[in-house]
Amino acid sequence: MSFEDWFREDRLPHIYCTGCGNGTVINCTLEAVEQMGWTVDDTVFISGIGCSSRAPGYIKTDSLHTTHGRALAFATGVKLANPRLHVVVFTGDGDLAAIGGNHFIHACRRNIDLTVVCMNNMIYGMTGGQGSPCTPVGAISTTTPYGAAEPVFDLSELAVTAGANYVARWTSYHVRELTKAVQAGLETPGFSFIEALTQCPTAYGRRNKLRQVSDMVQYLRTSVILVQKIQRMRERGEPVPEDKIPVGEFVRRNRPAMGVQK
Amino acid sequence: MMEIMEGSHAVAEAVKRCRPEVVSAYPITPQTHIVERLAEFVADGEMESDYLTVDSEFSALSACVGASAAGSRVYSSTSSQGLILMAEVCFNASGMRLPIVMSIANRALGAPLSIWNDQQDSIAMRDSGWFQLYAEDVQELVDYHFLSYRVAEDHNILLPGFVCFDGFILSHTYEPVDIPDQETVDAYLPVFDPYQKLDANDPISMGMYATPDYYMEFRYELDRAMERAAGAIEDAGRAFGEHFGREYGSLVEAYRMDDADTALVAMGSICGTVKDAVDEMRDAGRKVGLLKLRSFRPFPQAEVARALDGVAAVAVLDKNISPGMAMKGAVGLEVRDALWKTGIDVYSYVIGLGGRDVRKKDIAAVADLAESGRGDMFYGLREELI
Ligand SMILES: Cc1ncc(C[n+]2csc(CCOP(=O)(O)OP(=O)(O)O)c2C)c(N)n1
Ligand code: SF4
Repeated sequence: MSFEDWFREDRLPHIYCTGCGNGTVINCTLEAVEQMGWTVDDTVFISGIGCSSRAPGYIKTDSLHTTHGRALAFATGVKLANPRLHVVVFTGDGDLAAIGGNHFIHACRRNIDLTVVCMNNMIYGMTGGQGSPCTPVGAISTTTPYGAAEPVFDLSELAVTAGANYVARWTSYHVRELTKAVQAGLETPGFSFIEALTQCPTAYGRRNKLRQVSDMVQYLRTSVILVQKIQRMRERGEPVPEDKIPVGEFVRRNRPAMGVQK
Repeated sequence: MMEIMEGSHAVAEAVKRCRPEVVSAYPITPQTHIVERLAEFVADGEMESDYLTVDSEFSALSACVGASAAGSRVYSSTSSQGLILMAEVCFNASGMRLPIVMSIANRALGAPLSIWNDQQDSIAMRDSGWFQLYAEDVQELVDYHFLSYRVAEDHNILLPGFVCFDGFILSHTYEPVDIPDQETVDAYLPVFDPYQKLDANDPISMGMYATPDYYMEFRYELDRAMERAAGAIEDAGRAFGEHFGREYGSLVEAYRMDDADTALVAMGSICGTVKDAVDEMRDAGRKVGLLKLRSFRPFPQAEVARALDGVAAVAVLDKNISPGMAMKGAVGLEVRDALWKTGIDVYSYVIGLGGRDVRKKDIAAVADLAESGRGDMFYGLREELI
């Protein structure tokens, strides 16, 4: 099988806009699942509401498309009811960090055996581009017409602090790295969180001087800095650029986890 | 001045003129255009409000409760899943007697997920202690906002209220609408004068624990306030006429009901279609009329009974379903209750759920069914899917 065999072709055409980064993240995730040797019968995809959360609808496995923000609560139920299932959650920055923020920190704290792939496009895409808790300060959204003023959540840092066993961040540009990170997350027992910074040309790029899809991908490529590089700079006493977003693996550990099949 | 405007933007213009001090909302289709426009007004300094971009509807209404308790006029707007998520806070707001006004862009509830219109969301909140007005067109929608604040903040009432309107059908269509000027609105809607508020110099506590010795009386008072609200809405509707030249002095509106044998009863934008259907049926010699309900809570029982006196059959168009209830539609049940003991046949028709289109010929077909004594059913199902 290849990752393409996981797609539910009868649901096509999909709803994503031209140039949306979500498709890339789904491909990377399915490639990682495929590498694990999992099958459509023992894997379940769960999501809340949003463009990102539409992903399970395009995959051949059983899936639950739940209410906005609650995917992790539903997923916890599925995993505990049947720990033999591999449970993967697709979510967005709004779904996970705004309306579902509480479920997120508690799922990390419990360290329940799920893998969460968050497509962080820094905006509420599906509803037309309102500011989310991840909209960068100064960025334009329909509810922050002169630029967002509130500080953002660093989702990965939050997951590390709250107790997740595996946390990594990449972007939709970093296809290989992202795929490997998802696979590492799938392999790690306990809560795994993979944040994928993703381009949303329609609701974000258009308003933020990144009009072309390639502008947004370029932005993702150039705004990041490897965690190893930060480490090296610190060791050498060099100043770490503050405007860069760290990417890479933030934690891989073995805290006691819930829902791991014995 | 008449302008052609999108329904949501007209709501935003109305809300701006109500001068809320705090606006708190979470985006949800089809409400988004209202709050986006309000965010712009605030950012441009056209509105002296705080606009809170909160993390969920639960937080949105909670912030409104806090701001209202502290003595501010507040505004929110939501739809569907968002309203249902607010349910706990809705009961709190009415229990604390906080005069919050919220626009509800009516939309179906999941699962399955639907962004399209019916009225299940606000009707599910029937018992939450908020008054509920339903707009037929964009003009009513605009006007009900001024009226609702006036009623809600009346010291004799002190209830929160929904201004309900059909999602997409009204929120996303353009209609000619008169947006009143600020002076006229100010003359009609005075500056908010809270009956009580959180004040460090004169402390009160709201929402405290009520033992069984006290709890029931709170609910009794809430119910009495809702009963009084019927009269207050009528008064505010008459005063509306004096200020704006458009009258809303009754909780119901009768359309071609004189000598009608068959009455259709409905709420919201569908009334426009029903009026056209009634005209066609009248042209064909049928004695059919429409009774439009402006208010679902308080339910205008006496007005309904009076308006339907003498008809032979009543067909209630229900854009909601109460699964397991014999009559099926929640509005139908109330109409039947209003006509109890009169011997008039009242039927409910569950119609237009999840955005299914309701055409004039469907209205005529419903009138046929009522006249032939068949009802309390879904109308317009796709038999091949069942
Ligand atoms: C309770 C509730 N509130 C609001 C909404 C409306 N809504 C749908 S998707 C969405 C935001 C999605 O943003 P995000 O999770 O970041 O996903 P994206 O669409 O950007 O992928 C919102 C607010 C809803 N469906 N349910
Ligand atoms: S709105 Fe943004 S996130 Fe949603 S499909 Fe379009 S590009 Fe993708």
